[in-house]
Amino acid sequence: MNGPGMVPITIDSRRIEVEEGSYVLQAATALGIEIPTLCYYKYVSPYAACRICCVEVKDHRGRLRVVTSCNFPVEPGLEVFTHTPRVIASRRLNFEMLASRCAPMPALTELSAKLGVETPRWGWGEDTCILCGLCVRVCDEIVGAQALGFASRGTARYVTTPFDGETSACILCGACAALCPTGHIRMEEVGNREIVHQEISLGPNAAISVPFRQAVPNVPRIDPEYCVHFRTGGCRICARVCPKECIDHEDEERIEEVEVGTVILATGFQDLDPAPLKQYGYGRLPNVITSMEFERMNNASGSTGGRIALENGREPRSIAILHCIGSRDTNHHAYCSRVCCMYALKFAHLVKEKTSAEVYQLYIDLRAFGKGYEEFSQRILTEGVNLIRGKGAEVVPASGAWKEEGELVVRCEDTLAARFREIPVDMVILCTALEARADAKETGRKFGVSVGADGFFIERHPKLGPVSTPTDGVFIAGTCQGPKDIPDSVAQGGAAAALAMSLMVRGEVEMDAACAVIDDKLCSGCRMCNDLCPYSAIGFDEALRVSSVNAALCKACGTCVAGCPSGAIRALHFSDEQVYAEIEGILV
Amino acid sequence: MSFEPKLVGFLCNWCSYTGADLAGTARMKYPPNLRVIRVMCSGRVDPNFILEALARGAAGVLVLGCHPGDCHYTEGNYKCQRRLPLTRKLAEQMGIDPRRIRLEWVSASEGARFTQVVTEFTDEVRALGPLQLSDWTFDSTSADAQLAHESR
Repeated sequence: MNGPGMVPITIDSRRIEVEEGSYVLQAATALGIEIPTLCYYKYVSPYAACRICCVEVKDHRGRLRVVTSCNFPVEPGLEVFTHTPRVIASRRLNFEMLASRCAPMPALTELSAKLGVETPRWGWGEDTCILCGLCVRVCDEIVGAQALGFASRGTARYVTTPFDGETSACILCGACAALCPTGHIRMEEVGNREIVHQEISLGPNAAISVPFRQAVPNVPRIDPEYCVHFRTGGCRICARVCPKECIDHEDEERIEEVEVGTVILATGFQDLDPAPLKQYGYGRLPNVITSMEFERMNNASGSTGGRIALENGREPRSIAILHCIGSRDTNHHAYCSRVCCMYALKFAHLVKEKTSAEVYQLYIDLRAFGKGYEEFSQRILTEGVNLIRGKGAEVVPASGAWKEEGELVVRCEDTLAARFREIPVDMVILCTALEARADAKETGRKFGVSVGADGFFIERHPKLGPVSTPTDGVFIAGTCQGPKDIPDSVAQGGAAAALAMSLMVRGEVEMDAACAVIDDKLCSGCRMCNDLCPYSAIGFDEALRVSSVNAALCKACGTCVAGCPSGAIRALHFSDEQVYAEIEGILV
Repeated sequence: MSFEPKLVGFLCNWCSYTGADLAGTARMKYPPNLRVIRVMCSGRVDPNFILEALARGAAGVLVLGCHPGDCHYTEGNYKCQRRLPLTRKLAEQMGIDPRRIRLEWVSASEGARFTQVVTEFTDEVRALGPLQLSDWTFDSTSADAQLAHESR
């Protein structure tokens, strides 16, 4: 029984049905029969350049012949023999001829072992290109750049770019270099055109990758700046490889409108950029890093795999941790960033655990305020960490005798010893301030939440409404409200979620009793209030020739009340009579 | 004893009233001359309120609203910003020094600014002295006659 478009063939006496139009090599691979090859890649058209994949076939006329399996199409009743003496002899011969012009590179020596060729009878050559054409085909068929081709003929044949030079056709995708079985093609920096997918120490290095190991959601994403498809319209190999067909190149960023009844603002903080604080040399001196960069380095999935190292890869002999960089500083942020003391102590603990480095903590006050924090700080003291009470004043490159002890020198005033100190260290970690996000004010304006002098969102009440805002249904959680550590953020997030839920489960909202009402006996129908209302809550009744307020839309600002020339609008709870009575009352 | 003016303040519920609250919780000091009336928005402040307050013995009226762009009701403070100059002009025609009516923007976080504005305003009105309204009485018949004359 043949399925539609299926062709029955026999390979080494095993029957298989394969798709019409496919090749013998694919059928053999489906059966798990290994056929060695150098130039086959399933996503580009077969090319039969290496001729190692040869097999013996018996066609419907009973002819036996040796063919290259990668580009020999299947036909009904075809019989294939992959390991006959004639096949093996042909493969060896083809290999030896290839070897005669190529250098003994790993790809070839492995194959020679597999084929049982101890020494090629015409010896080895010198060329590192085996002329498999994978690079040419991938550049043309998948990438679509057509930046590579063959030049010359016969023994002089070689792979090159147009006119043998640097070409603008190349999009620097690196597909050719990645596929080249011998390493003949390499990516080189030419002029100021950068090498793609250069190793970035903190980020991913492929056009499609999981951003980092603990990413949520933990799925790969495509970087359209580097993805070949978004540059040439070709490739899409990832979509073909994905067994679940998850990859959709047409999908794009879009803005969706979602109707909600409650909003929780949890926009977080940003790190203070320490570069403008020139005295610490961040960005200027090597091995002066921020706490976030240290965290990344210390992370097992980070740039060094969790090893604490200097820029030159060496383990630091000593590390200074400078507290309060930009916090508790009237020139920058007057507030305390709250989390730095404890993470700085954690850093000291980790450095002591992983290295034999000396650790100096330069602090103003050690604020170990939370549950278990004081105990932790006491434990760090027993680990031999040097605590110096005094803010780090300056970091300078070491010179003279200092050089033997460290590459950098930290200057500070030790306020307990009452003397000026210079401490040679190899690495400086700056505990930078937690700042309100630069766009917090703009975000707040969208939600009717104001920001304080420090830039963080203001809660409704510092004690009684720590997660609510002046706008009903809008809540705040986490560091967007002020610097706080993880337990506090989680607690506030939980509280915000609970308040939002309590509004949602009720399913209805209690309107504020304050609202404007129009007395239709007094209304002259001038419609002045219609335009005054910022919420379009006032409509005009054409039949009665009077305006009326939609109570559900009215937010009770009272602008219409003050603007009504006939005095026909009353602001409930803020009526003219009530305000006059108040004026009278307070002026007694 | 120097003159201590009675001042009436109309404070927006969302910005200045909260700002005044903040000044209180932060124990900031400001003159006790200001008596505050909470309104939902500076846009609610009817010019009649200001005149009524002055007529009833206030030496000055301070209206505080949200900074431009920050109005809880989008644009109520702009409405106020357009009404206040007219009110001041009207007051001037009545023989009242327009400096006795002042509009300022104070946000919820500006407790310090609130105390500063109140202090300045109190000092200014104190320097102006008591408001003398008795010299000036509104003569409706002559005003009507003048209007009739002008319209002719």
